[in-house]
Amino acid sequence: MGVGRRAHRSGRTGHGTGKTVWGLLAFQTARMALLVALVSILAFVLLSVSPVDPLQTNVGQAALGAMSPEQVERLKGYWGVDLPPAERYLSWAADVLRGDMGTSLLYRRPVAEVIWEKLSNSLWLLASSWLLSGLLGFTLGVLAGRKRGRLCDRLVTGYSLLAASTPAFWTAMVLLMVFAVYFKWFPIGLSVPIGVTAEEIALGDRIRHAVLPAAALSLTGISSVALHTREKMVSIMESDFVLFARARGESETSIVLRHGLRNVLIPAMTLQFASISEIIGGSVLVEQVFSYPGLGQAAVTAGLGSDVPLLLGITVVTAVLAASGNLAASILYGIVDPRIRKGAAR
Amino acid sequence: MENHRAEEEILTVKGLSVSFTQYDRGFGRKEIQAVTDLDLRIRIGEIVAVVGASGSGKSLLAHAVMGILPYNASMSGEILFKGTPLTSGRVRRLRGRELVLVPQSVTYLDPLMKTGQQLTKGRKNPEILEKCKNILSSCGLGLEVMDKYPFQLSGGMARRVLISTAAMEDAELVIADEPTPGLDKKTAMGVMDHFRQMADRGAGVLLITHDLELAVRSADRVTVLYGGRTVEETEAFSFLDEGLLKHPYTKALCRSMPGKWPSADALENDRESGIPDEGILEYMRKEYGR
Repeated sequence: MGVGRRAHRSGRTGHGTGKTVWGLLAFQTARMALLVALVSILAFVLLSVSPVDPLQTNVGQAALGAMSPEQVERLKGYWGVDLPPAERYLSWAADVLRGDMGTSLLYRRPVAEVIWEKLSNSLWLLASSWLLSGLLGFTLGVLAGRKRGRLCDRLVTGYSLLAASTPAFWTAMVLLMVFAVYFKWFPIGLSVPIGVTAEEIALGDRIRHAVLPAAALSLTGISSVALHTREKMVSIMESDFVLFARARGESETSIVLRHGLRNVLIPAMTLQFASISEIIGGSVLVEQVFSYPGLGQAAVTAGLGSDVPLLLGITVVTAVLAASGNLAASILYGIVDPRIRKGAAR
Repeated sequence: MENHRAEEEILTVKGLSVSFTQYDRGFGRKEIQAVTDLDLRIRIGEIVAVVGASGSGKSLLAHAVMGILPYNASMSGEILFKGTPLTSGRVRRLRGRELVLVPQSVTYLDPLMKTGQQLTKGRKNPEILEKCKNILSSCGLGLEVMDKYPFQLSGGMARRVLISTAAMEDAELVIADEPTPGLDKKTAMGVMDHFRQMADRGAGVLLITHDLELAVRSADRVTVLYGGRTVEETEAFSFLDEGLLKHPYTKALCRSMPGKWPSADALENDRESGIPDEGILEYMRKEYGR
């Protein structure tokens, strides 16, 4: 009987959940698509008003000077330089939707291919520092917020404020100087050893090269997660329901584990997924310091080298990544928080 | 005889004072006296109501007894539970078992935990579960309540769930902090029946309320607070006859109850009541300084 009851119950909630989550998913996906479209328009507009001259960057200064005016005109017509920006944007966007992001000027390969290669280099770095800063930040935040004003709280808050006000690239340089230059524990840069063929590179080498950049990214990332979690934890520990739990004789440990974690997890989760964008943003600087050939460095190279197709591609891809983080957060929120899940299902 | 009575007393509060430290503008600190020299006694099987306007220190009394005053509060005076001082260590051992609190509102339940888990405090043994079910049905709640989150409960259901948390323990002292606001008179009296049952089973009940009528109807004795001080301590039936009350504030309160409003004629020759002409609130402000 118990089994039957449970099956019936979970079936019912499952249905309710499904209904709301699908609605939520459609709405959030539409919002995300709109956001990415707006970001790409903005990037396109910025690039089209920038002093980057498409002919000069594509053909080169010398070749352009050697061409006759008719040839220049023909090239202009071929690339559509004189078309209105809206028309150019639409034709670019239509190609992107078909999977063609153009050809990178610097790498002379399709943009999609370059981005994929750089992204898979970065992915390790991004994922590990994302997880590390999330887990450590959450733990520190809970420990600090458990009892406001205690030594533990002051240490964590102090560290977080310090780390939050330190630029990531500076942290990266300090780590580099201490652990790579002075102690020589880690390599000073790149993602793989120099002078070794691709087949000979072991996983250990890749990890050793990723440790310092990942540490630089997480050290900064921890602080915002820890500060937010602490703030939430403090307000939970001062809430009516914790007061009542205390009055009912629950121990402080049980209060933290049964009520504290349960209530702090949902906002922490949202924060964690929203922080994807921060990690990507930080990686641009950190990869530059460590000469790590990832997406961040590719963005800098593309910008400095006037590689418009690559720069646009990277902008769109990172916007999609960041927006998917937010999307995942709001969907998870709807699944995990009963107030949204059941409230909406009613 | 005196000794015997002392043993009967479940809760004795003598000269309780609670004050808060607040940071003033700049670096100054301010001491705010919230409760001053409060006395209270609750015997076995008795419901004692503490009545007062908001800000009179009623809830602080409850929190002081339960040992859950906020960190910036300090208290002095004596609190005895069954004749023995209720030290912070002892209250920590006893609360939730012999001493229970029925809080004011649904915000005292964990918003993300199902009611059932909160009632059983996460214990899973069959006896506890059985007990929980019995208590819920005796409070007129269906078992499906156990599977609901606090936000899914109606006001009346939440109130009964909060009372059930107290009934889960075989407590000797039940402190009910405003258990009835938002309930209609009939439901409120139904709620009070639960407390009467607990008292009949040998518990002492401290009922904290601003509803004098409810207090008079359901309690044995009534203590009236004003500005953190005891104004009068009297048997509940005294409120049926104003002449049995001593303090002008209590008399004025008594007159404010529905059905007790004096006629214009009565007010005309109102010299004996002792209620000052200037109005009772003005008088209290002068006498009690707030």
